[in-house]
Amino acid sequence: MSARPIATTRSAAGLPTGRLAVWWLVVSEIVIFGGLLASYIMYRLAHDAFAVQAAHTNTWIGAFNTLVLLTSSLSAVMAHTAAERGDGPKAARLLWATIVGALTFLAVKAFEWTEEIQHGFTITSSTFWSFYYCAAGLHASHVIAGAIVMMFVARDAARNRELHRVELAGIYWHFVDIVWIFLFPLLYIAK
Amino acid sequence: MAHAADVHAHAEHGHHEETTGLRKYLFSTDHKVIAMQYMFTGMAMALIGGFFAYAFRMQMAFPGMDVPFYGLVTPNKYNVLITNHGAIMIFWVAMPVLIAAFGNFLIPLMLGADDMVFPRLNRLSYQIFLLSAVILLASFFVQGGAFAGAWTMYPPLSAKAEYGLAPLGSSLFLVAVAFEFVAFLLGGINFITTTMNSRAPGMKMYDIPIVVWMIVVASILFMASVGPLIAGALMLFMDQQVGTAFFDPDKGGDPVLWQHLFWFFGHPEVYVVLLPAMGIVADIMTVFSRKKLFAYKTVLYTVFATGVLSFTVWAHHQFVAGIDPRMANIFTVTTLLISVPIAEMCFVYIATLYGGSITLTTPMLWALSFLATFLIGGVTGIFLGASGSDIYMHDTYFVLAHFHYTFVPIAIIGTFAGVTFWFPKMFGRMLNETLGKIHFWITIIAFNCIFIPLFVLGTAGDHRRIYDYTNFPDSSLPWMQDMRVFATYALIVMLLAQPIFLFNFFWSLFRGPKAGRNPYRANTLEWTTESPPPHGNWPVDQLPTVYRGPYEYNHPDSKEDYWPQNQPA
Repeated sequence: MSARPIATTRSAAGLPTGRLAVWWLVVSEIVIFGGLLASYIMYRLAHDAFAVQAAHTNTWIGAFNTLVLLTSSLSAVMAHTAAERGDGPKAARLLWATIVGALTFLAVKAFEWTEEIQHGFTITSSTFWSFYYCAAGLHASHVIAGAIVMMFVARDAARNRELHRVELAGIYWHFVDIVWIFLFPLLYIAK
Repeated sequence: MAHAADVHAHAEHGHHEETTGLRKYLFSTDHKVIAMQYMFTGMAMALIGGFFAYAFRMQMAFPGMDVPFYGLVTPNKYNVLITNHGAIMIFWVAMPVLIAAFGNFLIPLMLGADDMVFPRLNRLSYQIFLLSAVILLASFFVQGGAFAGAWTMYPPLSAKAEYGLAPLGSSLFLVAVAFEFVAFLLGGINFITTTMNSRAPGMKMYDIPIVVWMIVVASILFMASVGPLIAGALMLFMDQQVGTAFFDPDKGGDPVLWQHLFWFFGHPEVYVVLLPAMGIVADIMTVFSRKKLFAYKTVLYTVFATGVLSFTVWAHHQFVAGIDPRMANIFTVTTLLISVPIAEMCFVYIATLYGGSITLTTPMLWALSFLATFLIGGVTGIFLGASGSDIYMHDTYFVLAHFHYTFVPIAIIGTFAGVTFWFPKMFGRMLNETLGKIHFWITIIAFNCIFIPLFVLGTAGDHRRIYDYTNFPDSSLPWMQDMRVFATYALIVMLLAQPIFLFNFFWSLFRGPKAGRNPYRANTLEWTTESPPPHGNWPVDQLPTVYRGPYEYNHPDSKEDYWPQNQPA
């Protein structure tokens, strides 16, 4: 993109435009997940049958994935610090570490779902399992999106280009992380 | 100094190139081109939605008749027509024209910027929107036909095949709606960020024209309310196509959950489209009464109050859906409360007119009629917001007439006000006033003749879901049938008046007198550039700087009766 309108260079609010936009994006995503999770909580409170079904989820796998995601957020923060110092290649390496975290998370999830489907807990088994697969699936699609975004940002950052984007990808990644922090207790711990 | 910074920034990034020909219409990132694309797409969809209304109103007036230009309206076709009339008019007409077209056109021009902050995101937003419109229209041609479960998509009707669900049409409908939401989320992020960051040097928060404020607040409301419905659409889609159990009572789901998710979005949505229309009207009224907007900050506070309250009223759509009566009391109170800020806005507008030197141009007529008709819509809403009377009125034509007395002023009258007002800026030529007034009077009289009889029918108990009253002779009296026929004739008159507007529009586009920069002697920044504005809106070194608020008409310190925002004191 060679040409940029002057509008993109202004900063009347005193904040970088990209950061503002990502925060608004996060707001809209919070409401999407908020609607889904609020529906789940209403059902969970009204139906004791959910607890019986939730007992079949594997808390240890969920806990391991929580650890993986939290660690990947740490490397995203370190990437931001490196980008602030102007060290693009280091930021890129740390972003790749975050992407590895995302891929680990997805691989564990694939293993976990295979196991559950083989035991007969499919998306149509009951309302709990419908929520389980839809909420985690929607979250996983955000993990994939975040990983793809970070690949582009890391490619540019390695050549010291567009370093401010490291922070933006990081904000988004923290959001994906926080959604999981809500999903983990709701789907795995509350039995 | 600010100019110097702008020029420097421009030099750094090279020239923002103007694209031409086919590439312009497929890939242009110019906000004005995108605005026009939204507007013409919306107008085309309005013709489709209007035609649907004609077909099903003919069935109501003359049951079983072969409708000219359409054919026999079977029960299922009737349901398809009302479903898609509602969805098209709200999601593919009101939203794209009021928010996207006016937002895209006005925000950068009124803020003194050369474009949006994310021009390519803007382009993507329109492309997704166009895709959603194509998907919706495609649903008419798939096996099983288009969706017929009403625009509110209530399960279990919308989720189970045994209730006459169109196997593909229902899911295409959901996908189309979801894409439409994504398009407006992207557009909304762009509007909000542009207004926060790209204002002209010197333009403070309270120097922003009301219409821009309104579009931005509407975008925030949309963003904060649509999420649960996006999640709900995903859940309903899974129910339809995969067989999940979210809304299916047989498997432990709950159909009322959908109503909560839908109306949590659905009611703020009323204000999402209302606010831009309110803003357009405010700007027109100040220009044509040559007066400062009465109580600028009060308008803003009432807008914020409306926005907050609009999230607390949704269950008034569900008084007869089996919700707890104690909850119904709470929602009655909040619903009646929200009429306070809206009424306050109407009073502020009337106070703006008071003592002004009013010129009754076509846009001003539209603006005044907006106030008058929307007031009827608002007052009849009180009957429906109070749970006691709503139980009697629910699902009658009274609800329908109330709803149209809010949405027609918003989507039709507000749009005509905006288009006739900014036409000189959009295309550089003036519309014909005589044709404009003829079109105005026929449309506004016909509109009232359609819906006042429907109010009366509704109080007589006419049920909105009945397709042919000859099957229910006990619940229909001869005078009621006469009123249905009268309303249908009025609708035909209203539809036949629209070619007058289209003729005026396209004739003036090529033959109208040249408008010049500022035909109305208005203050806001869009009038300081050429009509139509060139690519980049202003020459690079002449982007405006702002010295005062947008509504300084007849100010004692100004030589003229107007005082442009960019004129140094």
